[in-house]
Amino acid sequence: MKVGERKSGRKIDLGDSAFTKFLDSLSSKPIIRYMVYSCAVVSFFGLILIPPILGILLKWNTMGQIFENPDLMSRATTAISSSFAIAIFVSLIDLAAGLPMAWFITRGRSRWLNVLDTFTDIPFVVPTVTLGYSLLLFWSGPEGVSSLFEGSLVSPGWLLIILLHFTFSFPVVVRVMVGGLLDYERTYEEAARTLGAAPLTADRTITLPILKPSLIASFTLAFARSISETGATMMVAGAFENGPVLINNLKTAGETGYEGALVFVSFILIAVSCLMFLVIRLLGTRLKIPLKTIRPAIERKLSDHGVVTLRNGVTLLIFLVLVLIPSLFVALPAIQAISDGTINQAITATGVWEGYWQSLGLSYFVGTIATILNVILGLPMAVLIARRRIGTLSSTILDVLVNVPMIVPSIALGISLSFFWKSFAFFPEIWLLILAHMSITYPYFVRSAASAVERISIDLEEAARTLGSRPFTVFRTIILPLTKYSLLAGAIMVFTRSISETGATLAVVTELQTVPVLLVSWVKPGSGMSPSQIGLGCGFLIVLSFIILLILRLVARGHQHA
Amino acid sequence: MPEVQLVDVTKTFEKGKIVAVDNVSFRVQDKEYFSLIGPSGCGKTTLLRIVAGLVQPDEGEIRIENKLVNPIPPEDRSIGFVFQTYALFPHMNVWDNVTYGPRVKAWGNKERTRIGREMLEMVRLYERLDALPSELSGGMMQRVALARALAAGAKLLLLDEPLGALDAKIRFELRYELRKFVKDLGLTAIHVTHDQGEAMAISDRIAVMRKGKILQVGTPQELYMKPQHIFVAHFIGESNFLEGYITEVDKNGSLVKLRGRLTVHVSDKTKNKGERVVLMVRPETFKMEEGRKKRVNSMFGHIEKFRFEGTNIRYEVILENEDRIAIIRPTLIGEWFNVGDKVTVSFSPNKSYIFTYPSKGLREELTLE
Repeated sequence: MKVGERKSGRKIDLGDSAFTKFLDSLSSKPIIRYMVYSCAVVSFFGLILIPPILGILLKWNTMGQIFENPDLMSRATTAISSSFAIAIFVSLIDLAAGLPMAWFITRGRSRWLNVLDTFTDIPFVVPTVTLGYSLLLFWSGPEGVSSLFEGSLVSPGWLLIILLHFTFSFPVVVRVMVGGLLDYERTYEEAARTLGAAPLTADRTITLPILKPSLIASFTLAFARSISETGATMMVAGAFENGPVLINNLKTAGETGYEGALVFVSFILIAVSCLMFLVIRLLGTRLKIPLKTIRPAIERKLSDHGVVTLRNGVTLLIFLVLVLIPSLFVALPAIQAISDGTINQAITATGVWEGYWQSLGLSYFVGTIATILNVILGLPMAVLIARRRIGTLSSTILDVLVNVPMIVPSIALGISLSFFWKSFAFFPEIWLLILAHMSITYPYFVRSAASAVERISIDLEEAARTLGSRPFTVFRTIILPLTKYSLLAGAIMVFTRSISETGATLAVVTELQTVPVLLVSWVKPGSGMSPSQIGLGCGFLIVLSFIILLILRLVARGHQHA
Repeated sequence: MPEVQLVDVTKTFEKGKIVAVDNVSFRVQDKEYFSLIGPSGCGKTTLLRIVAGLVQPDEGEIRIENKLVNPIPPEDRSIGFVFQTYALFPHMNVWDNVTYGPRVKAWGNKERTRIGREMLEMVRLYERLDALPSELSGGMMQRVALARALAAGAKLLLLDEPLGALDAKIRFELRYELRKFVKDLGLTAIHVTHDQGEAMAISDRIAVMRKGKILQVGTPQELYMKPQHIFVAHFIGESNFLEGYITEVDKNGSLVKLRGRLTVHVSDKTKNKGERVVLMVRPETFKMEEGRKKRVNSMFGHIEKFRFEGTNIRYEVILENEDRIAIIRPTLIGEWFNVGDKVTVSFSPNKSYIFTYPSKGLREELTLE
């Protein structure tokens, strides 16, 4: 038997194809590596970071329009303040509700907690437009909770926006905190317990401070999502205006001074968000969680089994009543669609459904291309950041800049992109769409990939090099296998985020309709669509999202058993 | 003052597939320095964590001061635990780490300051009270971990390989300091280690564990001089093992026939005629002379390897019957031999041990896994 050959006679694939060998020999040349990284950095700046900013700068002089229009100015500043107020408030209550949930999931012992964990992901994977419509039905619609009261319980407006933003950021907080808790070295907590600390005291004084980076990351992501979300917010805003809603209202109404207001609002939202992000990143680590006061007797009682069960019960109740049931409420009209024949029309693509499937196809097409391109461009960037190949300071700056597209309100980003790329008049809309989606989803992939690469000890790479591996082989045989689940998770996040993206799409394109844009037009009053049609349209999206979620879980679980 | 008792304690993992602790019972006396030793994976750390309350046993009782503590959580057992990785809280400086225990027990400010100072001065780290764990060396971290465990006022100290991460010289010095602190403070200590030399140097009694079971409990001298199990003989100190069988037993001892018709006389008379046995002789017990000499239990051979180890010289000798043995002689006492020299080795009948040949084979019985 030859080396590398199994008993069955099949060769173990060591990737010795001519093409791989060619790439290998290329990778050992410093100039080639330099070119690969340079391409990644240049395309990041050229395609993802600068176009949104430059677009605004190009239209800078239109800002005069808003300064000449005091009413519009006042409307804009109110909208901007509302955006930030809601974002900060929502992020804090998300932390308050998400932390106990994450604790429950990671520290509980029941097998059903895996199921609960899956359910907490639902609002993140479901397109926000569907979420918005679902919440509208649940809280305001006549068949929702309002049926228990006279008139609608929560009318469209700021409260409904808060409920919506709370719902779609909840999974982000839980996901980040569960990850942090699972990675966390429990020995510290055990040490605290052996020193006499009750479980609650140990959690508060030891675990939470050590998990501060996860808390900051959760807050930042929840904040970013709240600032930038457009599609669903528009559905539930009613007459209320935050930043993204104002921009869209002005655009749709075609008012004079619209461009000036657009630039002004976009600029303020982007600039202040970036500033906040920088401040949080720089000062966040110095924030001390209050732990000076310890009341052993009280905290011991609060660590009691009964109290913990009560707390878990309340957490579960809040999750069910405020997050899960409202998110899935849209499924109700879909059930009606089965009985009233709408589903047959849908399946045979008759009438409006032809457009629906086309939109769905377009969404998946754009999502796939955006994902593939982001993986190709993002991977070298992730390695660059994680391994600090360009020095610590430069890598940190890049690290911060990569997050920018995530913070920028998607509608503002889309409009900026539109300003920028339309200067090159020949750009077809489909590419504008793909570039806009790439911009928004790029940080999700790079964040996931960079932290995965960082977790791999450099010793492993060095060991491979001493054994004769060229850089490309080291990447292919060491880094890739050890990070593939994080890379997959990052790619899936990019894909699902792209599917659910509404705001940037609305800003960038006028003819093409992705499925969230289509659904927004369906739910607008006067669209002529029946509840069962809308419900079914949303229902199909939810089912498809579930399937993706299931794949995610199976892949992740497969990794755990490996 | 705590006496610790374990009765029929069993712990399994993965639905019974892994038996970490197998029906273990022993007692630690009040103020005793007790060590649990054994190869990696033998269950000693699991056992320690069961005493601490960090792990619940599947069966059995743990009693501290004759009180059943099974249902009592770790924070209420009044123990001090020193972790293998020290587990110093990374976000707190030395002072905050050491005074954490008194703080969570709501001691008064004066009392807290007093005990913190006392403990840090005892471990000679008072001048580093502002330092973060990341700024300390391994030895310093170990001492802070010890001070922290003691500052909470516990009378039972549990140590999980506390010296494992330190370099040899520091380990050697700190082991005696550990015992001194424990004895000076009148504590009971249970110390887990895989280093038998460390355990022998500082323990009042030692329990040897293997595959979840306790093989023998005794003082270091008892374990060394009177091992009751072949693995204990192997794990404690060094041993040579020679296979053979008993040909004669009388009131003076037994005759053991080794390979190649070589027969030796041992004082042990507990085995039966015809029984297959393993003869154990420690390397430092052998006498070695040049050439062929007639002695009690003399065996002839030649030197195959010579290793200088500082205090000792280790020789590997191939006997005429092709058995291999190791012999250790002090470097500065007696002559040195060279590779290839023909020698006579001999040993005293009452400085040898016989064990029944293990049913699973000698190799399997002695493996450290």
